[in-house]
Amino acid sequence: MAGKIRVLVAKAGLDGHDRGAKVVASAMRDAGFEVIYTGLHQTPEMIVQAAIQEDVDAVALSILSGAHMTLFPRVLALMREKGIGDVLLTGGGIIPKEDMASLKQAGVGQLFGPGTPTTAIIDYIRGASE
Amino acid sequence: MSLVENGAPGADALLDEVYGARPPAPRVGITGPPGAGKSTLVAEMALLLRRQGRRLGVIAVDPTSPYTGGAILGDRVRMSELSTDPGVFIRSMATRGSLGGLAARTEELCELLSAWGSDLTLIETVGVGQSELDVAQAADTTVVVLTPESGDAIQSLKAGLMEIADIFVVNKADHAGADQLAAGIRSALGLRAPAAWRPPIVKTIATERQGIEELNEAIEKHRAHLGDPGVSEGLRREKIRARLKNAVRERLLEGAWERKGLGALLDRAADQVLHGTISPYRAARDLIERMTDHGERSPN
Amino acid sequence: MPAPLFETLSGIPVQPLYTPEDVKPGLEERLGKPGQFPFTRGLHPEMYRTRVWTMRQFAGFGTAEHTNQRFHYLLAQGMTGLSTAFDMPTLMGYDPDHAMALGEVGREGVAISTLEDMEILFRGIPLDQVTTSMTINAPAIVLLAMYVAVAEEQGIPPEKLGGTVQADMLKEFIAQKEWICPPRPSVKICVDMIEWCAEHMPKWNSISISGYHIREAGATAVQELAFTIADGIGYVEECIKRGMDVDAFAQRLSFFWDVHNDFFEEIAKFRAGRRIWAKLMRDRFQAKNPRSWMLRTHAQTAGVSLTAQQPLNNVARVAIQALAAVLGGTQSLHTNSMDETLALPTEEAATVALRTQQIIAHETGVTNVVDPFGGSYFLEALTDRMEEEAMEYLRRIDAMGGIIQAVEQGFPQKEIADSAYRFQMQVEEGRRTIVGVNRFGGEEEVSIPVLKIDPEIERRQIERVRAVRARRDAARWERAMGDLRDACMSDKNLVPFVLDAVRAYATLGEISDVFREAYGVYREPAVF
Repeated sequence: MAGKIRVLVAKAGLDGHDRGAKVVASAMRDAGFEVIYTGLHQTPEMIVQAAIQEDVDAVALSILSGAHMTLFPRVLALMREKGIGDVLLTGGGIIPKEDMASLKQAGVGQLFGPGTPTTAIIDYIRGASE
Repeated sequence: MSLVENGAPGADALLDEVYGARPPAPRVGITGPPGAGKSTLVAEMALLLRRQGRRLGVIAVDPTSPYTGGAILGDRVRMSELSTDPGVFIRSMATRGSLGGLAARTEELCELLSAWGSDLTLIETVGVGQSELDVAQAADTTVVVLTPESGDAIQSLKAGLMEIADIFVVNKADHAGADQLAAGIRSALGLRAPAAWRPPIVKTIATERQGIEELNEAIEKHRAHLGDPGVSEGLRREKIRARLKNAVRERLLEGAWERKGLGALLDRAADQVLHGTISPYRAARDLIERMTDHGERSPN
Repeated sequence: MPAPLFETLSGIPVQPLYTPEDVKPGLEERLGKPGQFPFTRGLHPEMYRTRVWTMRQFAGFGTAEHTNQRFHYLLAQGMTGLSTAFDMPTLMGYDPDHAMALGEVGREGVAISTLEDMEILFRGIPLDQVTTSMTINAPAIVLLAMYVAVAEEQGIPPEKLGGTVQADMLKEFIAQKEWICPPRPSVKICVDMIEWCAEHMPKWNSISISGYHIREAGATAVQELAFTIADGIGYVEECIKRGMDVDAFAQRLSFFWDVHNDFFEEIAKFRAGRRIWAKLMRDRFQAKNPRSWMLRTHAQTAGVSLTAQQPLNNVARVAIQALAAVLGGTQSLHTNSMDETLALPTEEAATVALRTQQIIAHETGVTNVVDPFGGSYFLEALTDRMEEEAMEYLRRIDAMGGIIQAVEQGFPQKEIADSAYRFQMQVEEGRRTIVGVNRFGGEEEVSIPVLKIDPEIERRQIERVRAVRARRDAARWERAMGDLRDACMSDKNLVPFVLDAVRAYATLGEISDVFREAYGVYREPAVF
């Protein structure tokens, strides 16, 4: 039997705007995923530790504070260092196109901006987990 | 862990290997109605145990949606302080269609946590319907958490919580009605036949770190009680027996629908029942026959 | 195309036509005259004929120097009140060199760590001649103290200062999620400020009870109305418990509404809010002074309604929302910039936003008549309906034991999360249209210039705060911190102690740490 897709949904950084993260988490649940929701104000260390313990297929970060160019690379580096570099790192937030491109270059998965339908994110993670 | 949780090939071999590699970590089940403050309580218990140098496993179980098969597992939110501690291993599980409130493979994950080096494993789960019984079966010590707000608390006392609780916690003990709740529990306990272990009632205010030490002490006492060979042998055999039954059921059913193309048969049977060709009971018997049949015929 | 939804954004069904039969009897009593109980039609008899609303554009980014320049620019453009946005570390009570501040310094607002930053922020701005709104909550007491201290240095006593600190912690736990301590001590600190300001700052709004963030988190207009007023009730009850006379502080409470796209619903929300509050203050809390019955409000157009796709469209959205706020009778207004979903506003975008308000005030003629929609069958029916639905929520919250208990149980959080999800699904199913997003999407994307924040800012801010720590009078600092620590263990009002600490150049992070040690750190319930 194929396992369920497990996704870690985390709010990185200090901003408290969790509307998007929660909507995405609920939509993923309704798509049949098991969503591990960490809550707010997570440091890269917390996120990676949770990803390891929870054995997830993907890590989805929501960042609206503008700190994405610091936080995504830091999480990715830690994931590689701890031996889960093969787990998909994706996410969304207010992230300019150029930044998305340069993060992608660095090895981060696709990132989603405001106005993205939840189905796009779900399809992407499902496709990547297969 | 996911291999084991998914019952993937090789999972049982792995379990055989780790079983008995280290002494099994005692398991403490924490259950109670939604909103009783279980995650906070678990987080505080864990923080205290960590200060005492114990390594801990935490399994937090949340229900799978019966409609979508998905789940949101949010217990880590309350356990942030533990989340970078290398001496704590937190694993969230969804019930995934198991009948009770506990995830089917909780037992197996407990074994893995023992192998990882856990000195104690805390299993947290929402107590609704059947699940308390599952928790009691999986755990060595069962803690039932109630609050003055869980209005139907007394109701649930009648509905079976009394039998499974080794320890009662009255959380949010600073709220109005805490004393009445404790009195209610006490009088319900009074109705029970006298036994060697009398469940203590511990008052806590988890959000203010009050009563946590007393709770951990009560768990230790219960551990000591279980360690007494006079009481424990029969009780432990009873639990092992139940766990075995559980493991057998899981292994019989897990993946069966996919493995032998039974899914397609199920669809066809459903059509037949829908059109009144056969009775559902007849269809069920046929399906069971196919399930236990060792031939690997294709459905058509 | 799925069938259109004939309902407001709150899900209130809307008929094709409204007639006198749709308005319940007793309308005149429910309306009152403008400037009179229950203030449905507005707080002043002549409203904007006497004076238009305060145009207050939120600004803040980078270091104190950057924001100070932007303030000077906006004042020169005709803005009439300052409004300060702080960066995330400041909002959460961390100094820029704290591990949690990594990558966040100066990004979403201005970084303020010590009194020195505050001196720079208001350099060249006489604080008795402007009013200043500060969007700050968990560490509001620190920023309030810094503002008072800067004014002192300019030779201006606190009683001459006008403005607002947001200082509404309940909505943080409900929606915005920026906190330091758990709800009860957080509310205690809010009440300290209300009490201290009532005594020392008669022109200062000691709290801005905010629906804005509740709405932005996904609440409907009805939920925004209900939860915000429930928060207001919570603060009033806490002040009364402390022994304050309701008329001594009620006039300094202010509110803050979001203005979303549903034009009539938004106007109705302002009107229903004033009416509910007036009745509560007069009847439930027995306030005697009619000024205590008035719900005075700031408003801001809905950031959440703006789209990253086709960003120029946001100018139209903002204009319509701003018009609704004006027709609803707001006392002050911020209009969002079209580029806010992409980054902080550029100077040009911020100017267009301000010009939008000026056009409404000076070109459209809507300011000539008080409550021009008053008496509209539809608007009155909608106002009544919103009042009823909000009152139903208030009854439920009262039954839970009040808003603090409701928040601890996650009740408003859950209601909001449900609404946010429902709305998102309606959009994805095409039952709600968002122009440029799920309909009328353009082939190519228009790109507009966005403001970039120099990563160097973080380093510079860290250096500055470290220099202040090294330079300050250590003995004075130690004494002030010790006194503050002791005060936290007592029931004393903390404002004077924080004031001493900031005068001794204690940092925002250090003061917040004292709160963390004394009161603990909040852990939110996981609510879906």
